[in-house]
Amino acid sequence: MSRSPIISGVGHTAVGKLEGSTAMGLHAEAARAALGDAGIEPKDVDAVLCAYSLAAPHLMLSSVFCEYFGIRPAYSAAIQAGGASACIMVMQAAALVKAGYARHVLVVCGDNRLSGMSRDGAVAALAEVGHPQFERPYGISVPAAYALVAQRYMHEFGVTPEQLAEVAVVHRRHAQRHPDAQMRKPITVADVMASKPIATPLRLLDCCLISDGGAAVIVSAPEARSDVRKRPIEILGAGQKNTHEHILAAPSLVDFGCRDAASQALGRAGVSLGDIDVAEIYDSFTITLVVELESIGFFGKGEAGPAIAAGALDLDGRLPCNTHGGLLSFGHSGAAGGLFHVVEAVRQLRGEAEARQVSGAELAFVHGDGGILSAHCSLVLGRA
Amino acid sequence: MSRPLPPIDADTRPFWTAAAAGELLHQQCRSCGHTQFPPRRICVACGGDDVEWRRASGEGRIHSFTVVHRAPTDAFRSKVPYAIALVDMAEGFRMMMNVETDDLSALAIGAPIKVVFEPIGEGVALPQARLAR
Ligand SMILES: [Zn+2]
Repeated sequence: MSRSPIISGVGHTAVGKLEGSTAMGLHAEAARAALGDAGIEPKDVDAVLCAYSLAAPHLMLSSVFCEYFGIRPAYSAAIQAGGASACIMVMQAAALVKAGYARHVLVVCGDNRLSGMSRDGAVAALAEVGHPQFERPYGISVPAAYALVAQRYMHEFGVTPEQLAEVAVVHRRHAQRHPDAQMRKPITVADVMASKPIATPLRLLDCCLISDGGAAVIVSAPEARSDVRKRPIEILGAGQKNTHEHILAAPSLVDFGCRDAASQALGRAGVSLGDIDVAEIYDSFTITLVVELESIGFFGKGEAGPAIAAGALDLDGRLPCNTHGGLLSFGHSGAAGGLFHVVEAVRQLRGEAEARQVSGAELAFVHGDGGILSAHCSLVLGRA
Repeated sequence: MSRPLPPIDADTRPFWTAAAAGELLHQQCRSCGHTQFPPRRICVACGGDDVEWRRASGEGRIHSFTVVHRAPTDAFRSKVPYAIALVDMAEGFRMMMNVETDDLSALAIGAPIKVVFEPIGEGVALPQARLAR
């Protein structure tokens, strides 16, 4: 029997503007969904990993959640690594079960950053990731920091704004097939190009959504397969790379840690990029995905744009990617945004993705990036 | 509303004191010669703590830039559109600055800039970039 840790349950809440939602309520709803999916009880959870919340920040979010949810696990911790949090939590959960510290780890994230705080409030809170002395006095924002990457990347590799727009368009196309996606109205390249500028060259439709929502996954020990009712999905490999925090200190604006994170994860899984059937890769901005696809090596430098325009990321393309619609169209509620990618990968591998199912999907690659392409974590998941 | 003031600390006070007097400083390691920014107590290259302050020429080139149309906070709403650049300084360190220009379309990667200082509070001046002619 394989000794790989498994993902035994996944779930998420509704996503979008959820009036009356709370950060903890979304955590609880997502946790209940994932536990139900696995077919286990809250009392079976012996470890809990949470991330962070902008709407209800707390020094000990995981403790706050456990109290709210009414569980008293043996192990509890919060992991805060921005958009890399979700993948890092799964990596950490896999390590916990491998080390024998837990049998079932509940990984849960949620935030009501759309209804629970103003849009300006969310944008301002996110801008605090800028260096307090050497970036924030200049009016840096998260989109502006990614725009600095985009401008340089376009300069070096000839990527065009229209190619970035194609990234937004394919995500919307995917989201149309997901009944829970926040944005399902089709868009065109012209729509993206006509949307208002945020930080050149990025426009509104180049940017991820702001959503209320929650997601959870259960990571279980290999020997716990008999506890659960769904087909287990194996965590075959995981890897991380951390190169900087502030864009000011990035070693390069065109080559990032995603390459090393991915090669570690693939190496540990004993597979190569060409073996991947479906990818769920962090897409905070259109440029984020292009940089990651090319840095990881799915496409050569400057080649992702034309390939995406030709359908490479579609269901029948060379690399079906972000089949739920990603952060650009499915939804983005903080750390849960990255966990939506994990949930979708599991559904693809189980064959539960319905209208968006990639046929014969056996091996999935998931990637999260936190900060300004600062912290990277990759997962390789496989059908058991 | 005015810009957020940098929360000056012991690591950076000499930098900001010099900036208020119109001088741009950076750090260089006496042991290994490494040049670094932002300022810190240790040398990021060799781990030593024999780091000294050096005066920089204030000349650099734009490595990348963006024109911000959506301000992150109220302090910047009246300033949009404004340019932010990552600037490679002649001495080999990188800074973020706004680029002061009447013509945002003149911004370009590789364009030379000269540092000027913008007073932003009592005794605090912010290094800013001006496109060189
Ligand atoms: Zn040194």
